[in-house]
Amino acid sequence: MALNDDYLDYPKRRHGYDHDRYDWSMLGERPPITWPGGKTLAVWINISLQFYPLNQRGEPFKVPNGMTMPYPDLRHFSLRDYGNRVGIYRVLKALKQHDITPTFAINAQLAEQTPYLVRRLQEHGGEFIAHGWNMDHLHYGGQPIEEEAELVKRSVQTLRRVTGQSIRGWLSPAKHQSFNTPDLLSENGITYCADWVNDDLPYVWKTASKNTLTMMPLSTEIEDQFVMSQNLHSEDAWVTQVKDAFDFLLEESRTAGGRLFALNLHPWLVGQPHRIACLEEVLAHISGHAEVWQAPAGEILDAFTHAEQA
Amino acid sequence: MKESLGVYDYWAYDQRPKIEWPGGAKVAFWVAPNIEYYELDPPQNPSRKPWPHPHPAVPGFSIRDYGNRVGHQRQMALLDKYGIRGSVSLSTALCEHHPEIIQMCKERDWEFFSHGIYNTRYTYGLSEAQERAMIRDSMETIHRHTGQACAGYLAPALSHSERTLDLFAEVGEELFGSDGGLYTCDLFHDDQPTPVRVRSGKRFISMPYSLEMNDTIVYAVNKVEPRQYATMLKRHFDRLYAEGAESGTVMCIPTHNYQVSCPHRIKAFEEALAYITGHPDVWVATGREIADYYLKHYFDAALDSMAVQAATAGREA
Repeated sequence: MALNDDYLDYPKRRHGYDHDRYDWSMLGERPPITWPGGKTLAVWINISLQFYPLNQRGEPFKVPNGMTMPYPDLRHFSLRDYGNRVGIYRVLKALKQHDITPTFAINAQLAEQTPYLVRRLQEHGGEFIAHGWNMDHLHYGGQPIEEEAELVKRSVQTLRRVTGQSIRGWLSPAKHQSFNTPDLLSENGITYCADWVNDDLPYVWKTASKNTLTMMPLSTEIEDQFVMSQNLHSEDAWVTQVKDAFDFLLEESRTAGGRLFALNLHPWLVGQPHRIACLEEVLAHISGHAEVWQAPAGEILDAFTHAEQA
Repeated sequence: MKESLGVYDYWAYDQRPKIEWPGGAKVAFWVAPNIEYYELDPPQNPSRKPWPHPHPAVPGFSIRDYGNRVGHQRQMALLDKYGIRGSVSLSTALCEHHPEIIQMCKERDWEFFSHGIYNTRYTYGLSEAQERAMIRDSMETIHRHTGQACAGYLAPALSHSERTLDLFAEVGEELFGSDGGLYTCDLFHDDQPTPVRVRSGKRFISMPYSLEMNDTIVYAVNKVEPRQYATMLKRHFDRLYAEGAESGTVMCIPTHNYQVSCPHRIKAFEEALAYITGHPDVWVATGREIADYYLKHYFDAALDSMAVQAATAGREA
């Protein structure tokens, strides 16, 4: 039996997108921008700190890097916990060596349960952004809006309470959203979101509220877990890819205008003894360039907004 | 269901009439950028899910949007640099969604061929009339926006029916006579163009469009490292170039602007383009140019050769 003829209806076949959430715009066609001090490449180093519950529900799907074995999957639970106990301190040391001010995306439940970790991150210095409740509380299409609204509110408020920071940024677990997520973020005072990887500069999103929400693309393609855990490439291959990406964006920024290099890292992965030197090599490579401006994501957003208005 | 589609006969690679490409080239080289539109919230198809998770599929949609917003112009700049005109495998709804991209390609005299309307609308489950209507819509859209008679087809998301090739050839003939509906990229059985039987009897061929060299297959399915992809492309070329001295071969690099154009991959792609176009006996062409040349000079000889091979095998049996 054939499909209904409405399978060949295309009600949103029109200029722009098949949705109304942001404007169609090609990066190469926009006026060039510059970062503070005339710099051309902004560097955002994002450290994702995550809690993967042992009693994973997997609703509506099992999160990548989560539990895969029958309960209790102690191997994956404790390997992920390693990042928050051991890996993060290696990562912080490496960041300190290169004088990098990171952005910490942290699950709110982890922040609440490990105040000592939060204090150490505060002592190091950097911006906290919300990373949902935990890695088993996904945001997804079909999720009841009341449930998601409560989840967003609880995550943001908890993180504000335990860090004392205003919390302007958001990264969804596994970068998954429902159609309501951006509106809910905006209602909760979030001004930028890192989920959509469709640009090499920030761009403005359309929400139901009067607050402005900006999408700050945090590249998935070069992040440690994507290259080494999903693609199963070697540590050395990851270093090469990150360096190649950085070199390309730096070169493009010299002629085409400001660009954003955003690197997401997971201490449970890159904080392992055999991988940490690779991170150090990457950080050494991206440090010491006259055209590079390294800052937390919120400062990059502010500079972008300022540059757009200039 | 059939055991074999039966649209071409067995024809041994090393016993064919010699192909000589224009200018004595050994390899006809073409690049096929797929310029695609995946819908954020497409309808479900009983045979295949458009996205792995509940919609909106933010990770999948947004990286493909990166290709159109950012990657396309990067790839185009590289192809300009090495004197390559793309042969675009086009989700034709892109003519409506992103005409700015179409305009840039038109200005460069690139070719456009049909890759369906959306890459999230599959052929599976369509009746013959529905599939014909979809193909016709896609070819008319290309003609309306570019003035081109569509010569080639790559089914959307490589979703086929048993009648796909027949329908494409027929609609091409209806719309454009012998100027349209000439080649399919859906068969991966050869390194040279080969005649393909369609029910209308139209002179129709398969054009090599290597799935093995397709960046999405390489990166997303086989999970190859970027620099290894450059090595693979160079090795693929080296062998086809050497064999092309005996009889001309075809090399295609099918690309996606959200794969090769990413900052960590574009250097490797450029290395391969520089290497290939740095050789003297390479005919840098489009899919249609290769198809036209083959149809004019070698199609009939190919049919004769296949008949001879079949008859010889019959005598020996």
